[in-house]
Amino acid sequence: MAFVSTMLISDTLSPSVGTGGVFIILIALLALYLQAHYRFRRVLSPWRPLSFTLGIALLFIAFSPPLMVFAHHDLRGHMLQHLLLGMFAPLGLILGAPGTLLLRSVPVSMARRLVALLATRPVRILIHPVSAALLDIGGMYVLYLTPLYALSMTNPVIHGLLHVHFILSGCLFTWAIAGPDPAPHRPTLKLRLAVLFVATAAHATLAKVMYGFGFPRGVASTSDVQAAAQWMYYGGDAAELILIIAFFTIWFRRYPRRTTPRSISA
Amino acid sequence: MYVQETIMSSSSTTSATSDLRRSLIAAVLIGVGFMAALDEIIFHQLLAWHHFVEWGTPAFALFSDGLLHSAELILLVFGFFMLADLRACKLFSCAYGWAGLLLGMGGFQLFDGIVDHKILRLHQVRYVDDLWRYDLGWNAAGLFMLGIGVWLLRRARSRHGVR
Repeated sequence: MAFVSTMLISDTLSPSVGTGGVFIILIALLALYLQAHYRFRRVLSPWRPLSFTLGIALLFIAFSPPLMVFAHHDLRGHMLQHLLLGMFAPLGLILGAPGTLLLRSVPVSMARRLVALLATRPVRILIHPVSAALLDIGGMYVLYLTPLYALSMTNPVIHGLLHVHFILSGCLFTWAIAGPDPAPHRPTLKLRLAVLFVATAAHATLAKVMYGFGFPRGVASTSDVQAAAQWMYYGGDAAELILIIAFFTIWFRRYPRRTTPRSISA
Repeated sequence: MYVQETIMSSSSTTSATSDLRRSLIAAVLIGVGFMAALDEIIFHQLLAWHHFVEWGTPAFALFSDGLLHSAELILLVFGFFMLADLRACKLFSCAYGWAGLLLGMGGFQLFDGIVDHKILRLHQVRYVDDLWRYDLGWNAAGLFMLGIGVWLLRRARSRHGVR
């Protein structure tokens, strides 16, 4: 909640105060993560803290004043920020397995309650891959194909909420597809693959629709819209490629290595 | 767990030393993804012959293009994981791998030339008057790679003693 309100402040009040607040929260999150990782050293492989730190670093870049200014004046800048906030930073954060560390760090009773919360019906519906994809990719359709984007350029509260939505829905989608953290009632890998397939297609389609029909309307020149749409297409490709690799890492780990007959009879 | 291992081991014993069918499938998937990437890099970006999207292309054509693109990405990664898995178990057949790679590349080229360019009309090879020459060249290249793939597959079969 503190994060959300600080982000709102960052757009409504003095930008430097708001940016400073966001940076303090990011550093605090990183410190908490690294401290927990240090305490439970053998829980995670060493590349996970690297991934989480990279995710935080990408958020730093996305909220850095030069990029904020670029994003405010140029649709391409917005797209770069969107790719960082909604796709690349969540990959880093979620592949860092912060949930695993969180469940280890809190008292057992609290950890049980957290897991029980994940198993309740409303939360289960929310974190299902299909709803995660609808919130993440569906949210982009609403943003770019309706006047919402133009509105967000003039209304600071909507603008701030949009950033929060990008990060949260990006993290939710990444986690629902390839999150390493344990969760009760996880949908099957086949279903997650099907969602990943359609969501990747939907993202590529949106970028091409924006390019071919000139969305979002009335905020930038045609050439800027087309450049931003191409950034979205190729940038999204790179992020989805990483997500697909993360997914198949889980897929292939689940099955035992295909062994030769000799070692089975042994 | 045990059931899975037994099934997998029985499929590998049929070919004695390598899993030919999986070697072929993994390589076909990589071939398709490789050709799609080459198309994107050479014809879209470097030469800029292809257009990203035609202004006003019907949304259904764009969505089918998106589905194909998504499938290419997923199958490419899946192919590489399959290949790594086969190699780790020393079940990969190189001869079948080369055959699969060429079959996948040629198959994609021909599919792109006929379905994407002509049926869905997403974009053309090049925006010139004598387009038919380019279409002919494009699809001939696809057929040529497919032909090499078939020839390699026959050779691989005889090498492995498969009829």
